[in-house]
Formats: sequence, C-alpha cells, structure tokens
Amino acid sequence: MPQRTPLAEWHENNRGRMVDFAGWSMPVQYSSIVSEHLGTRKGVGVFDVSHMGRVAVEGNQAAEWLDSMLTRQVVDLPVCRARYTLITGVAGEEDNVQLDGAPVILDDALVTRLADQKDGSQRFVLVVNASNRQRVVRWLQARLPPEGVTLNDTTEDSAMIAVQGPLVFGHTAEDVFAGPLGSVFGKKVLQQLATLPNYGVLETELSGEPVLVSRTGYTGEDGVEIILGSSQALGLWKCLVEEGSAIPCGLGSRDTLRLEAAMPLYGHELCEKTDPFSAGLGFAVNIDGREFPGAEEIRTRRSSSDRCRIGLVFESRRAARSGDHVLVSKNGTDSICGEITSGSFSPTCERGIALAVVDRAIAEQECELEVLVRGVRLPAKLVSLPFYRRHRHD
Amino acid sequence: MEKSRRYAKSHEWARLEDDGSVTVGISAYAVEALTDLVFMQLPDVGATVTAGESFGEIESVKAVSDLYAPISGTVVAANTDLPSQLETLGSDPYGSGWVVRVQPDSVEQLEALMDQEAYDKLIGGE
Repeated sequence: MPQRTPLAEWHENNRGRMVDFAGWSMPVQYSSIVSEHLGTRKGVGVFDVSHMGRVAVEGNQAAEWLDSMLTRQVVDLPVCRARYTLITGVAGEEDNVQLDGAPVILDDALVTRLADQKDGSQRFVLVVNASNRQRVVRWLQARLPPEGVTLNDTTEDSAMIAVQGPLVFGHTAEDVFAGPLGSVFGKKVLQQLATLPNYGVLETELSGEPVLVSRTGYTGEDGVEIILGSSQALGLWKCLVEEGSAIPCGLGSRDTLRLEAAMPLYGHELCEKTDPFSAGLGFAVNIDGREFPGAEEIRTRRSSSDRCRIGLVFESRRAARSGDHVLVSKNGTDSICGEITSGSFSPTCERGIALAVVDRAIAEQECELEVLVRGVRLPAKLVSLPFYRRHRHD
Repeated sequence: MEKSRRYAKSHEWARLEDDGSVTVGISAYAVEALTDLVFMQLPDVGATVTAGESFGEIESVKAVSDLYAPISGTVVAANTDLPSQLETLGSDPYGSGWVVRVQPDSVEQLEALMDQEAYDKLIGGE
C-alpha cells in the first residue's frame, strides 16, 4: 500500500488522478496538465508536495557536520536561508547503504538553516526527494558523530504545500492580501513573506502551531513552500483553494513547469553516476578547499568533464523523451553526440522541449541537431536555458 | 452486419459504413483517460494495417501511445484535419473525431470485436 499524505482524501474526492509515485499515492492531475500548468504561469497553483522528505538536523555541531556531508558550503549559510545542494556518498556498504563504485550522487536537496536554539544549538531542515529519502536518511545516520548532532526524519509527521505563481502576492506590493495567502496569514506575517528574498525562509505560526515558509519552488514562478504539521495541512489547502482561488495542481504539471524552468530532476538530469559539471550543476558543488564524501573524485571529474547540458526546442509538438539519442550531422555522416535527459510538450512554448547532455564541442558551435524519437528524426534547435523565465517585479 | 460501433480491447472503435469501408476512431473513454493530447501520427492512404498492430501514435503531455488497428485492411482515408484539432477527439469522438477509414480484408473481422454492452462492461471494470 502506498503511503498517503494528509491531503490524499481531498485529492480523491476532487477528481485527482492518483498514481503510486515513489511509494506515495499522489495526484498526477485534477483537470488537465496543460490547464494546471498555464494556471500556475498566469495565476496561482498549489501543489501537495508532502511526499518530499523532510529531515531535521540539530545540535551544537550540526553546521560543521552538514558542511562535511554536503557538496555545498553550510557553515556560512545565514539563519533563515535555504541553499540547493547535492548529497554525495562513497563506495562500499555502510549500515545497509550499498554504494557500488565511488562516489555517487545520492540526491539533490535544499538545506535550510533555522534560528539557533537559546543554548546555541543549530537547527537545519533538509528537503530531499521522496524516491531517495530512506537511503539518504540511512546514509546520513550512519555518519553521525558520536555527539553534537541529532537527525530526525519528520516526513510522516508533517506536510508540505507549494504555492506558486505570479499572483501569490497579488499584483503589486500594496496588494499582498489579494493573493491566496491573504486568507491564511495575518497582515504582519504576509508583509514579511512578501519581502522575503528568494531562498529566504520565515518561521512563523498558523493557529498557534509552528510553520516554515520558504521563498522557494520548483516551477520557475515566484511563490512559497510551506512545511507544517500533518493536522493543519487540510485546513491550509482548503483555505488556499476555496477562499484563495488557487488552482490545485498535480505532479504532471509540476514536471512540465520545472522542465520549462530547466530545473533538474533526480533520476533524469542527475543520477548516481552523473558528473555534476556536465549536468550544469557546478554551482551546487563548492569544491575548493572543502571535503565531503567523494570530493576528490569529483575534483578529477571537473577537469575531465567533456560533456555539457543543453536545451533543445523542436518544431514539432511531439516530444523527445528521456534516453532518446541526439544526432549531429557532419560532412554527411551522422553520429550520436548525446542523449535526452527530460523532454515534454511545453504548454508555454506550445512545442516539444528537452534537456540533453551532449559532447561539449556540440554546444560550442552552430550545428544541425536531430533527435531520434521513436524511429523518427526530429530537427531540434539549440537554445539558451531556461526555456521559461518569469518577469520580475523587483 | 449491423452498423453499430464495435470496440477493440485497446479502446479503438470500428463502424461498418454503407460503402463497405470501416471507420476507425478512439473511444470517448480512452480520450478522457489520455488527456492533454498534443500530437498524432496518422498512416498514409494506401497503407495496409493489421488487426492488433500499431497503425499510428497519439501523444499526450505525459506519454506516447500506439493506436492499434481493430481490423486488417487498407487505409482508404485519413482524417488529416485531426492532428491540428486534437480537441475534436474529445468533443466528437464518434463523428468528426474519426481517425481513419479502412477497406477491410473481410467484414467478418468486426464480429471478433466487442459490442457496446461488452465494451461498457470492460471500461466499467477498469
């Protein structure tokens, strides 16, 4: 039996098409993927992302220890800020964490630093992928120091709701109550949220219970992600949808939205053996002068990286899919120069788009590319990423 | 042979026309289940199709699906308006949303397909 989020029953009662996703029963869509996608691009979409793993890391050594475990620097992460990172592991077996070949990327994650406790103890939250959660938790647990750090997987006691779109905070700075959060938070909190920078985080309360609100997302739009107790999730969701007129969106549109924003998805752009530099994730690896599992190997990969990530747009509405080969034609001879990592029809571009990893030489010159899609060669144009970039008011 | 629609397990429908050809389309149930259709590949007129084998593709945002021929024969017409107006499949699946017209190798093949009652039972159970 797949696990159920606190909103599963609401989804089932509201035309959610439920599928088993990474061990969770989740809605792919309610109405249609395209209408949910465009609704988020134009207004506000809400997504139940409670399947994402949430791990609390606390203690007076928490910052230093996380810094030694993550590809991104943590010791300089300010309080109330989130940062995108990779979680790496090394070869061998460690407390039932089997890692063959060294090193591997176990996941990508957001690490958020919360305010220290009064005794100076540091507090962090890691948000990891549902599909990798158990393995990541086992891996991290096995590497905890004897004292000074505790780690708690709080996924099943909490919920997570993403509120995304250009109208999350209304049309203007004076208009923050016009957005769907206006029916959730009071004026003071709402103004604090509206002025949060990207990747800024606010710890606040909802009906007396603690909630964590981050100016983050996975759609390419402005918005927030809210982590809260399980018992409060349904109330918040109904408030956003019924009073705030936000559009409930499933995992289908979440995927097309993130693809247009060229955001990586573990299992596609990023796998165990991926070299982060080829995947366009060099920014997520602070490697100089730092140590983390596999750092030495990743340093070697950086200097030998001869592939890179590109964006492709097709004439056709037809989409290339993960694993399809990218072909380049030179002097009348075709050769395979890379492969698609994610592809879909883009509701915004109204044609097929795809992310691919290709030989670096291909991306540096003008050339004719084609992708072999189910036996048919589709011409593709190399474009700069992301496919979609939101207008910024600030 | 009665001129009502008959259905394949793969959710294509087939209807015998007065001229002896068979019109083929996709059931309303299947179109509803697919949603977000973005692309359709039709066979050329003159192509031969084989019962149970793919004669075209229909692609939604999420996935690509094959269209399976409910009967064997030769394609005598294809609804070339359809790929640019895929919404017709949903709004009029048994009329202007038809996909191809096939000259069947034999009309008896239709008897192997489900009638409305059997098909309703199939989709009721899914």
